[in-house]
Amino acid sequence: MTKQSHHSEIASPSVRNDKEGCFRKGNKAIMSSFEPKIIGFLCNWCSYEGADSCGRARKEYPSNFVVIRVMCSGRIDPQFILEAFKDGADGVMILGCHPGDCHYKEGNFNALRRYTLLKKMLKQFGIEEDRVKLDWVSASEGDKFVRVVSEMVEKVRVMGPLMLIQKKQLKNHREHRGNL
Amino acid sequence: MSKPKIALYWCASCGGCEESVVDLAEDILQVAEAVDIVFWPVALDFKYEDIEKMADGEITATLINGAIRLDNQEHAAKLLRKKSRLIIAHGSCAHLGGVVGLANFYERRDILNRAYKEVPTVKNPQGILPEIKTKESGRELNLSGFHKTVKTLDQVIEVDYYLPGCPPTPELIKNAILAILNDELPPKGSVLAEKKALCNTCSRRESKPDKVRIKEFKRLYEIQWDATRCFLDQGIICFGPATRGGCEERCIKANMPCRGCFGPTDNVRDQGAKFLSALASIIDSKDEKELEKIADSIPDPAGLFYRYSLASSILRGKIGTV
Repeated sequence: MTKQSHHSEIASPSVRNDKEGCFRKGNKAIMSSFEPKIIGFLCNWCSYEGADSCGRARKEYPSNFVVIRVMCSGRIDPQFILEAFKDGADGVMILGCHPGDCHYKEGNFNALRRYTLLKKMLKQFGIEEDRVKLDWVSASEGDKFVRVVSEMVEKVRVMGPLMLIQKKQLKNHREHRGNL
Repeated sequence: MSKPKIALYWCASCGGCEESVVDLAEDILQVAEAVDIVFWPVALDFKYEDIEKMADGEITATLINGAIRLDNQEHAAKLLRKKSRLIIAHGSCAHLGGVVGLANFYERRDILNRAYKEVPTVKNPQGILPEIKTKESGRELNLSGFHKTVKTLDQVIEVDYYLPGCPPTPELIKNAILAILNDELPPKGSVLAEKKALCNTCSRRESKPDKVRIKEFKRLYEIQWDATRCFLDQGIICFGPATRGGCEERCIKANMPCRGCFGPTDNVRDQGAKFLSALASIIDSKDEKELEKIADSIPDPAGLFYRYSLASSILRGKIGTV
């Protein structure tokens, strides 16, 4: 699978930049075969249904997109997004109900508020704004789901991989600190 | 029977944590009576060799304050770990990276250039940067190596307990030392302060409405604020909802909002992200454009949300520097 080859390549010593295992963005050796990994948090009531309707209609969407179902886009703690980036995601998508359609009335607005502030903060961490994307997908919008996911994958493919710390180090760090 | 041995050490810190020990005032006599202080560079003349000569685990407990950035800090932390039964991370810098941890937003090279070449008060026409080894008049001088990033104490050695705060209150230090002496310690890895967030014990709690809703963030110099009302309800950013309590509300009592030095509560991994989440949810707007404008009224969100916890956060610092 292309996704796996991406990780085996970044772990090879030839592209390591320093002793702490930090990698620079846009390394040419990786760029040539780069398949981005995008984590998508989908709300249970609209967007996950939308993804389902895309599947039922036998539509195709890029395999780079890994779906995590949550009850509401308002449930997505910014910590989840940071963890996703730290664990190797090149982009993160949040898909929720259209404004006014939230199953819990206001959850999607909370997602929008956090997303606006988070994007600004991530820039200071050196993570480009376009690596996080919030969009609204309803249960019947299978076509829109395919479109926004494909656009996101292509955008991140052009940006290149986001590489933080070497995986092994991360694992130790998480074990030591405990999970979320 | 000989008294339990205690050691104190400082790494990358401002000295405020040492001050917090001295702030025990008369109680320090009680502590000094009950224990032998075997190492305390800031106050007593013991050498590294004295520690090296000790048996492993001979020191009952060592309080280390400050983050780790230099070779000698890492070396001393590892040595003290070997010689001590308990290691206590003392203060925000050892616990979370602290204010010095904000250096992880900058590359090592930029920090050195800034400090030794660009600062207006520095005169360095030859552009000399510190080197680990230097020859001077036929002698070799050695300096400690400057690491690429700031690390928390538990990223370098195993830590048994954490005393939070910038600095911790004397009361917390006293309780920790008494708990060690009486063998009444909580489970390993505990943070020795309140379990709940500061808002729970805040003296302004009554004035906090059920739902805080604000249209705009105000900075302290922009308004005259009410000394009895909840800061957040007045539009002033206060870290109470995402910060561990137990600080005796020192800042709130001085009519200043909380900045988060006690770190996250037990169930939170990343204090900055959690605070961002709490703060964003009280913004009173549903409009994208307006939300962006309100977000822009916080000039440095990362520096604000991670003021004390950057080195211990999920990302640990800016990409490329960590």
